[in-house]
Amino acid sequence: MKRKTFLKSLVGAAAIAAVGLPALAEDTIKIGEINHYKRLAAFAGPYKLGIEMALEEVNAAGGVMGKPLEFIFRDDQGKPGEAVKIAEELMTREGAVMLTGTILSNVGLAISSLAAEKKYVYLASEPLADAITWSKGNDYTFRLRSSTYMQAAMLAEEAAKTDATRYATIAPNYAYGKDAVAAFKKALTKLKPEVEFVAEQWPALFKIDAGAEAQAIERAKPDAIYNVTFGGDLAKFVREGGTRGLFEGRNVYGLLSGEPEYMDPLGDEAPEGWIVTGYPWSEITEGSGKIFVDAYMAKYDDHPRIGSLVGYMTVQSIVAVLEKAGSTDSEAIRAAFADLPVSTPVGDIKFRSQDHQATMGAYVGTIALKDGKGTLENWVYKDGADYTLPDEEVMQLRGSGN
Amino acid sequence: MGLFIAQILTGLANASALFMVASGLSLIFGVTRIVNFAHGSFYMLGAYVGYSFMQVLPGGFGFWASILLAGLVVGIIGIIVEMLVLRPVYKAPELFQLVATFGVILVIQDLTLLVWGADDFLGPRAPGLKGIIRIMGEPVPKYDLALIALTPFVAFALWWLITKTRTGILVRAATQDREMVGALGVNQAWLFTGVFFLGCALAGLGGAVQLPKGGADLLMDFNILSAIFVVVVIGGMGSLPGAYVAAVLISVLNVFGVNYLPQSTLALMFVVMVVVLIFRPFGLFGREEVAGEHGQVGEPERPIKPAGQTARMIVVVGLVLLGLLPLVGDSFILVLITDIAIFCLFAASLHFLLGLGGLVSFGHAAYFGGGAYAAALLVTYAGTPMELALILAPLAAGLTAIIFGWVCLRLTGVYFAMLTLAFAQLLWSLVFQWGDFTGGDDGLVDIWPSEWASGTTTFYYLALVLCIGGIILLRHTAHSPFGYALRGARDSARQAEATGINTKHVQWVAFGFAGAMAGIAGGLFVFSKGSIFPNELEIARSFDALIVVFLGGVKTLAGGVVGGAALEGAKDYITRFEYWRLLLGLLIIFVVILAPDGIAGTLRKWAERIGFIKREDQA
Repeated sequence: MKRKTFLKSLVGAAAIAAVGLPALAEDTIKIGEINHYKRLAAFAGPYKLGIEMALEEVNAAGGVMGKPLEFIFRDDQGKPGEAVKIAEELMTREGAVMLTGTILSNVGLAISSLAAEKKYVYLASEPLADAITWSKGNDYTFRLRSSTYMQAAMLAEEAAKTDATRYATIAPNYAYGKDAVAAFKKALTKLKPEVEFVAEQWPALFKIDAGAEAQAIERAKPDAIYNVTFGGDLAKFVREGGTRGLFEGRNVYGLLSGEPEYMDPLGDEAPEGWIVTGYPWSEITEGSGKIFVDAYMAKYDDHPRIGSLVGYMTVQSIVAVLEKAGSTDSEAIRAAFADLPVSTPVGDIKFRSQDHQATMGAYVGTIALKDGKGTLENWVYKDGADYTLPDEEVMQLRGSGN
Repeated sequence: MGLFIAQILTGLANASALFMVASGLSLIFGVTRIVNFAHGSFYMLGAYVGYSFMQVLPGGFGFWASILLAGLVVGIIGIIVEMLVLRPVYKAPELFQLVATFGVILVIQDLTLLVWGADDFLGPRAPGLKGIIRIMGEPVPKYDLALIALTPFVAFALWWLITKTRTGILVRAATQDREMVGALGVNQAWLFTGVFFLGCALAGLGGAVQLPKGGADLLMDFNILSAIFVVVVIGGMGSLPGAYVAAVLISVLNVFGVNYLPQSTLALMFVVMVVVLIFRPFGLFGREEVAGEHGQVGEPERPIKPAGQTARMIVVVGLVLLGLLPLVGDSFILVLITDIAIFCLFAASLHFLLGLGGLVSFGHAAYFGGGAYAAALLVTYAGTPMELALILAPLAAGLTAIIFGWVCLRLTGVYFAMLTLAFAQLLWSLVFQWGDFTGGDDGLVDIWPSEWASGTTTFYYLALVLCIGGIILLRHTAHSPFGYALRGARDSARQAEATGINTKHVQWVAFGFAGAMAGIAGGLFVFSKGSIFPNELEIARSFDALIVVFLGGVKTLAGGVVGGAALEGAKDYITRFEYWRLLLGLLIIFVVILAPDGIAGTLRKWAERIGFIKREDQA
């Protein structure tokens, strides 16, 4: 039974190791940033670079409230339970004044729930789920990136302009995919009641059987297709669908499909003619958007992804809220988020006081090939504020979650 | 009709890569008895290596040469892994090697990220096979047809190698009785290395050959893992024709599932596996396993006995220290130890099944997550107070375990393990799919403790009391007549039956009991985190517990707890580094090689050697 003593000494050793970590004594304002740096390296990497670039600029200009701003980056392995533990550590031990980060919606929701319980301010930078600001919204959680509903409604607006009435949808079989399909259906049916959805395909996330999915959609003979798959699934779907002629003579609407994270790996097979939300960094020729792209490319010798932009805007939002609050107290920060305006590379945005959602919009355009790479043409930036639900509906959703 | 044929062809093409990877896994298992969790990683490496070769080798010749080279390179990597990591641990208890292969997964993940970067690669199309052929009006990609034609050649080559060559005879002999092969003068070490090369090369080929239909990304390793295990199990572990038939069966059924039941994509494969195993307990072409080879591998297990006086004193002191911790530690250390305690109880419950019952469950997360979901659902829909939810969580988890156990216990060994995995996956897909009720992967949130227990310190005490209470209860059960009966059933079912023990019944009760204990851990987990998501039911969660039990030491009573505390503590520290997976993987491999009896077992041996404690049989 002596071996049980080893347990104790191990726990003790772990405790000492954890306690003994050097605390940063320097007087900085610390932000706790939690993300899936390993699990989703292709997305979290550029996001972190965006943050670091913004931090450099902010601190070169004197920091926030006279102190340097510092981010503590922590990897949560993509697990909500880990993220909650790390959030506690960042807030109670590392001296972070607020939390930010995450891409996966479930991790975002877990931190958001913790934030409400423990009264920590959490800026959900990248997770898309509508629930974060609507059905599960709470007083301490704010979101920067345009939500699933906003982006789906932008595509629905484009779809409603055409004669197509028979739609097929394909989306990964998990919450984001289901939200995205439901939002598109809702927004499109509102604009054009006569549309019908003739096929709904639900491949397992990152395990798509693209040939079979293409056959199933072809079988339904739709006029148009709405795609929510992304990453490796998107690549396989584009290739199998393209090979089998699935996209010929059909409009295809792709949620996020035009974001560099997803379109770059497709190379010269980027599906021309798809109408998508994305980030046409190479086509932005003026204004603050161009300044950001140039600065990023000069610094990293690589082009920005949508994650880089969101990371950069995350820092801008935090700087703005801290300066408005004039304090690092949670309640002060929370109050300062109400209708907070922020100047960003995509223009002026505002954190809506109704639902804590920022009005960051999205770029909508048509995929075209340029020098063997996918890019967007005929793109416009749509303001997120125009693509949300009416206030009464939002209030109803937020009410039911609490 | 045309569509029907096209669908069959799509299924057959999909079966190609799946067969190659699965046959490699099957071969390795058949000969070495190693459940190679890292097989998906070799598949991923095959894709990356093949992609890199295709960038430099031009044309149709370059394309096919790249695929072969990918197989060769991955096979060589397999040899390196086998010689460095697995050779030192062949003598360890059965299944211990899977911990080592888990370490290999982590190492390969980070090394792949280092070498190839984070971006996904889209595989190049096969030169000359880019277009389609119309069969009865339906488009069929040419490359699909090439794959359909290619697979029988690979299968035939394997068949020829196994049945017609001397190497094959040795491999088959080793599959049946490796000790006998060794006794007849065959160098087992090199035979194993050779088989590992072949198995990994097949995985590499599979990874490279699917490139034109997909690409290379960092999630491939885990994504294919469950599919290949399902194929190998349905076909029968160690059977090559079985692997082929099962790969075709799964792939074709999947195509029809996608077409006619689009929501089925998560669960179909596992439903098929459950059905096959219920009617054919050893897969379609498998043979009954010779249980435990000839006796157990490694040294015999020592009889367990209650703790001695001094040991109890030390535990008491340890507990007092934990009890006093809130006076000195900050609030995060309490959060961390709460996490560790919950995980220790979860691991201890699996250890009870695995160590004492000899029942290797690959799906223990079902009961941890099941308990957590039971509590969360009660709170969400019935407004149940925390206290009641914590009582009902183990009941629900125990009941789930009793139901699953009733089916699973009809099987033994690896098939039992795979069936538990299948049930865990079915539960996972139910929770995942039934979004309206369970919240799907957006989970259930805002499930916090009652007012009185909401402080970090109070909850720490609550968790400590329940977890340590649970662990002590598990220990006491081990020393009870029931515990003796369970070990009797493990060591010799026949003799136990002869003494009047209903072994199946005992195992069934143990299964339910362990499930209930995991349920307590799950219930505490949900209140400590405030939310629950399906990932707590995932394969990865089951593996966490499995790894910990083996790492701690299967053949010691404290194994689960020691392993749980050590690994969770180490993880908390290591994940602060950028390449933490590499570090953690190397650490696991290091521990496995250094401590083949697990941490607790090896420490005990060292302590005995230096005279710190007496050998128990001399005491």
